[in-house]
Amino acid sequence: MTTTELERLDVQGLVDLDDSSESWHLRALEAEAIHIIREVVAEFDRPGLLFSGGKDSAVLLHLAVKALRPANLPFPVVHIDTGHNFPEAIAFRDRVVERLGLDLVVGSVDEAIASGFIPTPPSPSYSRNRMQTPVLLETIRRGKFTAVFGGARRDEERSRAKERVYSVRDEFGQWDPRNQRPELWDLYNGSIGFGQHMRVFPLSNWTELDIWRYIAEENIDLPEIYYAHQREVFEQDGMLMALSPVMQPQRGEPVVVRSVRFRTVGDMTSTAAVESDAATPEAVIAETLTTRISERGATRADDRTAEAAMEDRKREGYF
Amino acid sequence: MDLLRIATAGSVDDGKSTLIGRLLYDSKALDDDVLLAVEDASRRHHGDYVNLALVTDGLRAEREQGVTIDVAYRYFSTPNRKFILADTPGHVQYTRNMVTGASTAEAVLIMIDVRNGVVEQSRRHAVIASLLGIDRMVVCVNKMDLVGYDEGAYEAVRSSFIPLMRRLDVDDATFIPMSALNGDNVVEPSANMPWYKGDPLLAHLESLPAREGLDSLPLRMPVQYVVRPHREEYHDYRGYAGSVASGVLRVGQRVRIMPSGAESVITAIEAPWGAVDEARSPDAVTVQIADDIDVTRGEMLCEADGGPSMAQEFDAVVCWMDERTALRPGSVYRIKHTTRSAKAVVTDLVSLFSITSLTGEPDADMLSLNEIGQVKLRVSAPLAIDDYTSNRVTGSFILIDEGTNSTVAAGMIGEPGFAFSVPAG
Ligand SMILES: Nc1nc2c(ncn2[C@@H]2O[C@H](COP(=O)(O)OP(=O)(O)O)[C@@H](O)[C@H]2O)c(=O)[nH]1
Repeated sequence: MTTTELERLDVQGLVDLDDSSESWHLRALEAEAIHIIREVVAEFDRPGLLFSGGKDSAVLLHLAVKALRPANLPFPVVHIDTGHNFPEAIAFRDRVVERLGLDLVVGSVDEAIASGFIPTPPSPSYSRNRMQTPVLLETIRRGKFTAVFGGARRDEERSRAKERVYSVRDEFGQWDPRNQRPELWDLYNGSIGFGQHMRVFPLSNWTELDIWRYIAEENIDLPEIYYAHQREVFEQDGMLMALSPVMQPQRGEPVVVRSVRFRTVGDMTSTAAVESDAATPEAVIAETLTTRISERGATRADDRTAEAAMEDRKREGYF
Repeated sequence: MDLLRIATAGSVDDGKSTLIGRLLYDSKALDDDVLLAVEDASRRHHGDYVNLALVTDGLRAEREQGVTIDVAYRYFSTPNRKFILADTPGHVQYTRNMVTGASTAEAVLIMIDVRNGVVEQSRRHAVIASLLGIDRMVVCVNKMDLVGYDEGAYEAVRSSFIPLMRRLDVDDATFIPMSALNGDNVVEPSANMPWYKGDPLLAHLESLPAREGLDSLPLRMPVQYVVRPHREEYHDYRGYAGSVASGVLRVGQRVRIMPSGAESVITAIEAPWGAVDEARSPDAVTVQIADDIDVTRGEMLCEADGGPSMAQEFDAVVCWMDERTALRPGSVYRIKHTTRSAKAVVTDLVSLFSITSLTGEPDADMLSLNEIGQVKLRVSAPLAIDDYTSNRVTGSFILIDEGTNSTVAAGMIGEPGFAFSVPAG
């Protein structure tokens, strides 16, 4: 281990996840998230939960089930299928839906392209990151959802750090960062006008490390690709991209087999892997404690384009 | 590991962003790529120094104008504690955003440039924090390097701030001389200021007691949602879901349900981690009771004796947050108090507070954006209330404009925790 790694371990400490006093902060974050979920279910006639198959949405769903048990989840989960999802994420989605007996609503980018709702992309590997926004908004409109839960966290990115827990979207799905409602105590204002909907982020105050500690503590099922596995990858712009039908070396980069895992799971075209031997949540926690590269910086090709890339996409209605 | 929520406030250029950047960096919560991006952006926006404000100013408009407009939330931790830091704008124009950030805080950091001393903004931040019931203040006397780490300069700031602290009835105020830029007394003790015997900032923040005293208050649990599984095995099940605001909830305890006044006994408590015998703030639980009483959202489980007051008319301090309209006597809003909503009419504007002179103006006819005053409200249905100074959950409310759906005011029931005097003459 390098000195910086040691320092970081020293600063944050490796906690014993079984001792409840050690994880009091997780209990507080859990309580806050459950409180928010219950407010929404009580005040909105048609909530939905955006379920990407990623770790944050897995945690969010886990919390929603806890918030309302022993009743079944009284709202559907919504998945925007970009057509570029990792097969492991889709398989995970289906097994969770099956296990919990959930209603699943899928908005498909492929179908939107086929029907002419959005223009045909220039190439099969063209990033679908922005293309999913109109599909997401149309899925919300068609499903008549008045509130949708998302798993976004404020520690992910600096424009997210500014977003409220209840974030109003106008009838075009847009976020207006300069005109956010004050949000006081735990008194959330769920009033919306015609055509508007609310995005709600119960995990706002969680960090990547909190998410992993909670996954470890609660034994939350995730797609296998969050843990170290052997995979064919190639290096592009300093990031390890997984070889797939939509992601092929463009400039003859060599394809190699590495032990990797994913820190975030988005599209195959925009999510990079990190080299890792961490095969369990505990091992991932240990790695997260020592890394000096942020989650999005390490893995998201989509945020590297501009200083305000995320803010711009969010204004348009992105997650 | 526990959790402490803090808010920061300071005037432009007092060094708030530098301090936060340093706290994040030194506690390893700021990753290298983020720092590199900030260095890169600093070069583009300003020139030669690394502007850590770019870490926290997350919006394009903020970076372009070089001011913090809205609250940003930041996270860092030490082995024993996770911190949620609400970085709030200092400018009077964004007071409502400061109130947003401070409403959930348990402690506030006030930044002061030692060369400028206690300016009007510092006073305003202290007063607002105090109105919001934050009784732990940490006054960071910054830029000590620019006065040669001189104890006298620090003492001058400290002694000019103490009368205000007394006036506000703040019992836990700590002053720390520091240089956010060089890191003196931020994480590491300062070798330049051997005369300072207290802890550096981070150690002090670690030692503050978290969520003090809520257990010893009377029980309050607003019901958020009634859980009714439509399944055979749960045929008669009815669970009341909500978060314990204060006090301790126990199986076997006799509770009174407000406002109906009906009484029953707790038979089961389900916490997120399973069935428990006791629950306390901030636990989010689902409880069952012995009797077949119809309890709905908006009601509150309380102690059988020592319940809140039921009131349809009450006094409150409000901070007005709407730029399009003003609060005037006769205005009608929707009020959200705990999990209950009703209509509310302002029957009187008693006083408009001057936050800087700590006086109350009795003849004001309205409250405009960012103004704070004392009002009387009448609501369409009785609310189970406590004074804000005794219970932040059951003493707080928001007002919503039913035309625009905006949150137009933050309200605190009762009188402020300290007196505003009537101006002379
Ligand atoms: N000499 C010195 N300069 C400081 C100190 N803290 C901040 N500054 C400088 O003061 C200026 C304003 O700081 P900044 O953190 O942006 O202030 P903010 O507006 O309160 O966020 C910057 O040029 C900082 O480098 C300090 O402790 N000593």
